[in-house]
Amino acid sequence: MSAHADTHVHDDDHGHHHEPTFITKYIFSTDHKMISKQYLITGVFMGIIGILMSIMFRMQIAWPEEPNVLFEALLGKWAPDGVMDADIYLALVTIHGTIMVFFVLTAGLSGTFSNLLIPLQIGARDMASGFLNMVSYWLFFVSCIIMIFSLFVEAGPAAAGWTIYPPLSALPMASSGSGMGMTLWLVSMAIFIASQLIGGLNYVVTVLNLRTKGMSMTRLPLTIWAFFVTAIIGLVSFPVLLSAALLLIMDRSFGTSFFLSDIFIQGEVLHYQGGSPVLFEHLFWFLGHPEVYIVILPAMGLVSEIMAANSRKPIFGYRAMIASILAIAFLSTIVWGHHMFVSGMNPFLGSVFTFTTLLIAIPSAVKAFNWITTIWKGNIQMNTAMLFSIGFVSTFITGGLTGIILGDSALDINVHDTYFVIAHFHLVMGISALYGMFAGVYHWYPKMFGRMMNKNLGYIHFWVTAVCAYGVFFPMHFIGMAGLPRRYYTNSNFPLFDDLADVNKVITIFAIVGGIFQIVFLYNFFISIFYGKKATANPWRSTTLEWTTPVEHIHGNWPGELPVVYRWAYDYSKPGHDVDFVPQNIPLKEGEEELQH
Amino acid sequence: MTALFIILVLVFILIAIWQMVKIFDLAQAGLPENDQVATEKDNTINAYLMMGFLAFIYIITIVCIVKWGDLPLLSNSASAHGPEVDNLMIISLVLIFVVQTITQFLLHYFAFKYKGQKGRKALFFADNNTLEAIWTIIPVITLAGLIIYGLFTWTSIMNVSEDDDPIVVELYAQQFNWKARYSGADNTLGKANVRLIDIDKANILGLDESDPNAQDDIITSELHLPVGKPVLFKMRSQDVLHSAYMPHFRAQMNCVPGMVTQFGFTPTITTAEMRQNPDMIDKVKHINEIRVENSKDLVAKGEDALDAYEFDYLLLCNKICGKSHYNMQMKIIVETQEEYDAWIKEQKIFKNSLVKN
Ligand code: HEM
Ligand SMILES: [Cu+2]
Ligand SMILES: [Cu+2]
Repeated sequence: MSAHADTHVHDDDHGHHHEPTFITKYIFSTDHKMISKQYLITGVFMGIIGILMSIMFRMQIAWPEEPNVLFEALLGKWAPDGVMDADIYLALVTIHGTIMVFFVLTAGLSGTFSNLLIPLQIGARDMASGFLNMVSYWLFFVSCIIMIFSLFVEAGPAAAGWTIYPPLSALPMASSGSGMGMTLWLVSMAIFIASQLIGGLNYVVTVLNLRTKGMSMTRLPLTIWAFFVTAIIGLVSFPVLLSAALLLIMDRSFGTSFFLSDIFIQGEVLHYQGGSPVLFEHLFWFLGHPEVYIVILPAMGLVSEIMAANSRKPIFGYRAMIASILAIAFLSTIVWGHHMFVSGMNPFLGSVFTFTTLLIAIPSAVKAFNWITTIWKGNIQMNTAMLFSIGFVSTFITGGLTGIILGDSALDINVHDTYFVIAHFHLVMGISALYGMFAGVYHWYPKMFGRMMNKNLGYIHFWVTAVCAYGVFFPMHFIGMAGLPRRYYTNSNFPLFDDLADVNKVITIFAIVGGIFQIVFLYNFFISIFYGKKATANPWRSTTLEWTTPVEHIHGNWPGELPVVYRWAYDYSKPGHDVDFVPQNIPLKEGEEELQH
Repeated sequence: MTALFIILVLVFILIAIWQMVKIFDLAQAGLPENDQVATEKDNTINAYLMMGFLAFIYIITIVCIVKWGDLPLLSNSASAHGPEVDNLMIISLVLIFVVQTITQFLLHYFAFKYKGQKGRKALFFADNNTLEAIWTIIPVITLAGLIIYGLFTWTSIMNVSEDDDPIVVELYAQQFNWKARYSGADNTLGKANVRLIDIDKANILGLDESDPNAQDDIITSELHLPVGKPVLFKMRSQDVLHSAYMPHFRAQMNCVPGMVTQFGFTPTITTAEMRQNPDMIDKVKHINEIRVENSKDLVAKGEDALDAYEFDYLLLCNKICGKSHYNMQMKIIVETQEEYDAWIKEQKIFKNSLVKN
């Protein structure tokens, strides 16, 4: 590893000996900055598909069984005369969930920013293994292709929900999506997991080994702490999902009975004996819950960094922030059972999981208060990234608070699997992490592309998105409390829910408007790559090392020696300095004390 | 509706594009370098928008509570443990409301108050142990209270004891309908396994035909329950996961192939009484107004008008189970003991329901 770094130093002495070709530069690149852009663009592309799907199934809920040109155009045989079929509704929900959670907010978010920022912020020339890093991206790419391909198979894509509980997911006769569609889903996810494991290993090793001189663990920016801990959680929990997927493949194709027992379907008894679907639920959620932290922690890291830089203030309670990341990481692995209160597991276990779940609220609360204190008495620069960061804290609080209800087993009985859950997790995880990702893109765009995004388009994008996000997900709490189950193709068979039709229309209209305004972002993003204003080296006047590299990307990141670090990442508005930020590579003045936080 | 929707979409796309073009024009007009960083004017505008957004959050909260906060499900529980759950729910909701109101205020107000201005210097404030201790300890105490209350409630709901002499009823799920099985005079369900299903003989739930306890079992497709009497449900599924969700009774349990799960409660309000409940009368009236309105459209299209809605308790499937998951339901009727006895007497017992060949 260090040899790798050394060759680059050496390289710079006498120019490049091997000019990168188009292929090694843009396609099979081992440069972390290029890989990060590849992750981002793939993630954005998958995000477009995911959001389009959510708009389609929301339209079905609002105007059930009405012909719709959009369906006719996009769903083809699944929407005869433009009326959506019930199977494809479930497939859309399933693939939407899978794409959003895994492809956009795990790979797209973590992949982009871990790759971009880990080497740049710790002062390394590249990832520990550039080659593995490239492999990780291409595995991710292949898994995306397979997932998209599964949309076109004859019997339809997987339609058992993103949680793919067997037996529904195991038996093609139970659901048409459980044939080829589910096989592809499982293969795609297995490859995806391999990609995440390779990527995660690389991040962990890089953070541990390649920090530049002076960059102790307690001087790391919180972004790096977040990526580091996220990678560790992923390494602990993804293998469990992988084994669940493998066992499910065995049950499906090789006649084993890990998850199946005593099944009578379509007039015949199947041979399965002795397995339990509850076992699958345990395995799934052993990843599934940590997964939501894999999604949210990197966003928290980005937001902490952006909030400090734009408030021109140190992040409040740096140590407490690290401690709470660690506490969340630890607790996140022992709360999975809160998804299973009514699964038939022993009620005593339910009590244990209620306890651990409500515990995890404590570090989360600490983080929220620390962010609020960070902006208190600041000098807040309302850049788009900052707006999204404030939006993040807002939706994280709104969504997080209802976790108190869902985590309480006695209360979960009645709201489990209703729209209350949809409201909760979209706000606390989906929208928050998406905001974190947007914030990251707006903030580090100049670092990625050497140009600035247009700020006014950014403002429009933020404010419309912010209003629509609340408009979509806030009312969902109420239809959930009124008992409306999720994953229903239509509610028209329940006159009991007729009075919810109005709310459902309002929600859908907010969703459509919000979805359409993402075009503003896409336009801004893609146009600015070519026509944006040229960026200056440190446009946000920030303290971290990535802003000490040249605007034009070079292999090895810094032209000369690696920077040396003398202080923590948050010397904003420090008394005794003329400017309101002191980068990490500036030595302490005589008599200046490094803050012992 | 679709047409309206398409127009809406087009309008928004046009507005969006127009906005983008205009703004890009403005932005290109020879401004200084680094002009994509927020200026003092940007800070001020966005700071005011922050306060506007705070107002929006409060308004949407109030509108939701006023318009949809009193959907009777939340207030009218029909089981003995219901009020306890509702109580805990209301305490949690109030707590959430208070914390939400305060923290959102602080967040948006600080964003407004400390907006960037020339000459303002941010306070270098990196740490304060007292503050951090306070906002660790306050959640600890509140959550401890909630945990203890919640756990007591949970334990009392889940521990149905056989001493209360409950009636035992099996809920049996299959794609895509429900069956109920009553244990008959001996109050013991006969043995059953899906391997024993014999469609030709109409043994649809796979009862063990040789088990004496099974002979007097009664299989129905409507769930009748006597008021005031504890019921213990034993759940089974023959194919995939389903979930027996009885929202009015604050009850839910998954049905898992290969195992028997259970849930118990005591219904406290008969269907007839619930129909007389003023809240419920309002709700039903409102729903029927909507249905009349919708019927007009249907009739115009030459279809049948919708039936009038009458309140009934329902058992819904609440675990994704395939194509018709959205229509997997069973009517629940809570009635007096006499009505229940009369009803059950009319049902065929298992022994007599088998097709002999
Ligand atoms: C445009 C924004 C979005 C809208 C309007 C939307 C809407 C919805 C709705 C209504 C459902 C429930 C469907 C049902 O249960 O019948 C759903 C499911 C889901 N959404 Fe979203 N969503 C959006 C963005 C996201 C994001 C950013 C995430 C990332 C975490 C996400 C993750 C999920 C997941 C995991 C499910 C569950 C899928 C399942 O039930 O199997 N969504 N979405
Ligand atoms: Cu969880
Ligand atoms: Cu179902």
